[in-house]
Amino acid sequence: MKLTTRTVLGWLAGAVAAIAFVAVMGNLAIRPAEQALRAHAEQPAGLVDVLFYVLAALTLLGAAGVALSRNILYSAIGLLAALMGAGSLYVFLSADFLAITQLLVYIGGVLVLLLFAVMLTNRITEINVSNASLGLAGGLVLALAVAPVLLAVATVTPWAVTEPAVVNHTAAEIGDGFLTRWLLPFEIASMVLLATLVGSVVIARKEIKAD
Amino acid sequence: MQVGLPHFLVIGALLFTAGLVTVATRRNAVGVLMGIELILNGANVNFAAFNHYVVGGISGQVFALFVIVLAAAEAAVGLAIVLAMYQTFKTIDVRSADVLRE
Repeated sequence: MKLTTRTVLGWLAGAVAAIAFVAVMGNLAIRPAEQALRAHAEQPAGLVDVLFYVLAALTLLGAAGVALSRNILYSAIGLLAALMGAGSLYVFLSADFLAITQLLVYIGGVLVLLLFAVMLTNRITEINVSNASLGLAGGLVLALAVAPVLLAVATVTPWAVTEPAVVNHTAAEIGDGFLTRWLLPFEIASMVLLATLVGSVVIARKEIKAD
Repeated sequence: MQVGLPHFLVIGALLFTAGLVTVATRRNAVGVLMGIELILNGANVNFAAFNHYVVGGISGQVFALFVIVLAAAEAAVGLAIVLAMYQTFKTIDVRSADVLRE
C-alpha cells in the first residue's frame, strides 16, 4: 500500500474518531458503571467468591491467548483454558449438566476437531500482526469500540434479579423438557446433525479426477 | 465483593470481545473458527447467568445446550471447508481465497 497523503489523512481521521469515541464512552458509561459497582460492593466476599475470581481469570487469560498469540497451537491451548473456565462457571450457576456437556462436546469434540484441522493443514506458525490489513492496532481499536459498550450495559443496568429456586435434578428435568416441551427443536437439531455429517464428508473429501 | 449477576455478564462480554478480535485479525482460517467458538461461549455464559439469577427453571440451560450442538455442527462444516480450501489453494491464509473458481 503506497503511503500517499490520502492514506495518511484517512488513518489520522480514523485514529481521531476512535479516540473521541473512547473518551465519550468513558464519560458516559464507565463512570456510572463504577458507581453502580461500588453500590453493589457492600456485601463481604467468601471463599466461593475467591474461587470464582480465580476461574474467571483463567477463562479470560485463555481468551486473550486465543486472540493475541502468534502460534496457532498456543491459541488452541488458550481456547482449551477458556472453554474449561466457562464450564466451571456453569457449575457456579447450578447448570451441572451444561458443564459436563461443555466438557464432553466442546473440549472433547470441537477442540479436538480444531487440532485435527491445524495438524492436517500444516501451518503451525503465522505472523498475525501485519501492516497491511487489520493488525494488532486494529484489533485493539475494535476491542476498545465494543468492550466498553457491553461492559457498561452489564454493570449499569438494574437487572431484575429474583433469586429463583435452584433446580436439583437438572439432567432429569432437561431430559423431560427435551421430550415434552422442546421436542420440535430437539428433532430439528438431530436433522441438522445428520445434514452436517453428510455435508462435511462431501465437502472435505478429495476430488476423484475422471481419467 | 460478593459474586452477582453483573460479574457473569462481564465475563460473557469479555469473552465475546476476545472472540470478535480473533475473528477480525486472524489470517489463519482455523484461528477464525476458534474466535467464533469464543463468541458462542460468551453468549452461553450469558444464557446460564440469566437462567440462574433471573428466570429460574432450566430454559436457559436448554438454550445453551442447543447453542453447543449447533456450534459443534458449524465447527465440523467450517473445518471441512478449511480442508477443501487447503486442497485447492495449498494454504489456509484467508487472504488467498480471492477467486470464485479454481
